[in-house]
Amino acid sequence: MASPPLLVARGVHKAFGGVPALHDVSFTLRAGEVVALVGENGAGKSTLMKVLAGVHRPDAGSVELDGSPVELRSPRESLARGIALIHQELELCDNLTVAGALFLGAELRRGPFLRARAMAAAARPWLLRLGLDVAPHTPVAALSPGQKQLLEIARALRAEARVLIMDEPTSSLTQGEVERLFAVVRDLKAAGVGIVYITHRLGEVRAIADRLVGLRDGKNSGELAAAEATHDRIVALMVGRALAKAARTPHAPGAEVLRVRGLRTRAFPQQAVDFTVREREVVGIAGLLGAGRTELLRALFGADRAVAGTIDVGGRALAGHGPADAAAAGLVLLPEDRKHQGVVLGMPVDQNLSLPTLHRRGRWLDRRYERELAVRSIADLQIATAGPGQLVGTLSGGNQQKVVLGKWLAAQPKVLLLDEPTRGVDVGARAEIYARLHELAAQGLAVVFVSSELEEVLQLADRVLVLRQGALTADLSREHMGEQAIMLAATAMEAS
Amino acid sequence: MKKVVGIAVLLLVVGVVTTLGSFDPESGSYTFLSPFNLENLLQRIGLYGVLSLAAAFVIVTGGVDLSIGAVVCVAGCVLPWLLRDLEWSPWLAMPAVVLGCGAIGLWHGLLVVGVGLQPFVVTLCGLLLYRGLMRAFTDDQTMGLGDTAEGLRWFATGKVPLTAEFGLPVPLLVLAVVALATWVLWTRTVAGRHLFALGRSEQAARFSGVATGRLTILAYVVCSLLAGLGGCLFVLDVNSAQASSFGNFYELYAIAGAVLGGVALRGGEGTVLGVVLGAALMQLLPNTIRLLGDSDKLEFAVVGGVILLGACADEGLQHWLARIRRR
Repeated sequence: MASPPLLVARGVHKAFGGVPALHDVSFTLRAGEVVALVGENGAGKSTLMKVLAGVHRPDAGSVELDGSPVELRSPRESLARGIALIHQELELCDNLTVAGALFLGAELRRGPFLRARAMAAAARPWLLRLGLDVAPHTPVAALSPGQKQLLEIARALRAEARVLIMDEPTSSLTQGEVERLFAVVRDLKAAGVGIVYITHRLGEVRAIADRLVGLRDGKNSGELAAAEATHDRIVALMVGRALAKAARTPHAPGAEVLRVRGLRTRAFPQQAVDFTVREREVVGIAGLLGAGRTELLRALFGADRAVAGTIDVGGRALAGHGPADAAAAGLVLLPEDRKHQGVVLGMPVDQNLSLPTLHRRGRWLDRRYERELAVRSIADLQIATAGPGQLVGTLSGGNQQKVVLGKWLAAQPKVLLLDEPTRGVDVGARAEIYARLHELAAQGLAVVFVSSELEEVLQLADRVLVLRQGALTADLSREHMGEQAIMLAATAMEAS
Repeated sequence: MKKVVGIAVLLLVVGVVTTLGSFDPESGSYTFLSPFNLENLLQRIGLYGVLSLAAAFVIVTGGVDLSIGAVVCVAGCVLPWLLRDLEWSPWLAMPAVVLGCGAIGLWHGLLVVGVGLQPFVVTLCGLLLYRGLMRAFTDDQTMGLGDTAEGLRWFATGKVPLTAEFGLPVPLLVLAVVALATWVLWTRTVAGRHLFALGRSEQAARFSGVATGRLTILAYVVCSLLAGLGGCLFVLDVNSAQASSFGNFYELYAIAGAVLGGVALRGGEGTVLGVVLGAALMQLLPNTIRLLGDSDKLEFAVVGGVILLGACADEGLQHWLARIRRR
């Protein structure tokens, strides 16, 4: 074949404020190929993708499209040349209709007037092609995360994209939606679209990719053909070493530390939830998307007001109903939406770490406490940062998560609630987080976590609670928990 | 910090230009540096500076208070009424007015936090409501203090003599005290840290156990307290107030001074020194125009133009610095 590859990046360098993010990175994508880009957080995956999408301009190196060099100065220019970036956090305007979002920036019009009906009609074939079963006039806000993802892809295809860059496309999709997405990806592949796929879910990589390209510390770390990509080899490509599987040794549970009675959340006011958690226990909460898991954690922490119910922490009823009261009683939450609820992105690492505990040191700012806490947490949790003064917004996802964990550990909690603690976190940091949670449980902490990944639940938990439509449908001990038992409790048909 | 340096440089440049431009060949001196002009300017900086700090408190939380001018009007009309019509003691009346204005802030805070209304809407309605009520209450009559507040007037018109001709205006000292207290609160207390954290991200702060609702309300209370204090000083300065015009547009001077001084409207950013310098520049510019030009017709246009220019220069400077750093 003489035809040049669809997209080539050669010797790309990129640094931010003197810190190199990419060092002499090369990358090739052929038409009709799915390339998985793998690497730990901070390895430079996102930076490389943003260079290709015209968000960042490389300090050195070149990008070639169909064999001829191009300069990508803005996302708009990249898109005009057929390179589309599908964002991790979906960036659709919620107030538009499906057709409106599809044609955003390229509206069909007559003079200054929109041709709404024509756009709706023109939208149908695109929706059909992606198996998106919604009417063109549906508001975007009414779509599920999976449908939004498909709509984003439709939008890229409508703009005649030949290169699709997908950054963690499945992180908020249900199993069915993931399969739908994979079918679409295979379709596009057959149509000659080149796809770059970024994910931390190694199972997906093996299911969908033709080739794997590894990045480590901003440099190329090698390639693997799909056929030779075993789990261990992928991990080796990413982290350059084999990871020891966290050996789970369940600890003998201690005294009861969390007792929940008749808790009714706003989302499911008709369902009362009862359960208890003991010291040194690691409890997983499983269930499908929308089963009320996040709502349950938020109600426990007091971030949302519960409709009814009592929460005892360490034998004493929670006095108030706000996060401040919960934290004071020793019940803390590592929230699902890290960027908006977990950390204050515009504040430095040390100020984030001290935020929940500063007031315990009196009314005056205790700078020395803050400094010591930062130094200690950065060392303990191995937070990769230039220093305590670095803005949290400039850290990678895994390191931001460590900051959230650190700020709550400083509060010396009795019960640690975690909502999707490893979402968007790479395998290396994941293993660290798992090990840390087990260590904390061994020290007497009760850990309650929500996860959408069954593998994670099974690996991490001593006990699993299953939610379905806001109701607790199963409480499985270690010997009874298995993939099948959990899925059954999570999906059993509604008894009418 | 960079912003403070920028505004300080701008202040210095405008000050030097004004000085040089105000040279009077007849007397052989600089009119700008005359004790009369300087005392006058510093007094105004003190008065308006208090209002800019008031505005900054709310802007730091990510909100805005458009009712500052109307609260100034309330203080300006109620203080004479208490003193002349009800014959209260001056030392009781002024604290009562300031606290009453604080209650207006409490009301704003409850509407924003408790009811969940937009700060812009709440305080815009406040602006119309309080001024309207004052006009009805005073029947559009001028409210004069007469000679009932002789002792109090020292706060607005008094001077602490430094030389035979020049004395420091007391309002500037009032501003110094308020600024110092604000600086301590913002940079040395847990409440201040929490205030800035919630301005950056209300959700993340709440999820960290920060009492975001209480703090936001507090910011509105402090804002209106300071606006009330400013209103008292303004009416003590001129000795009378007319409800339809007293304090008109002052909220805009206040906000402009704060923003010029580096307080970001998105919240969570700002320094006390910056606000004071911003307020000072807001008062220096009209002075410049009056000294260099014959009339003050261009006052608004020049002030608006300079703020815009400053914002552009700041933005350009940031880009330039970022580009240099990238090399």
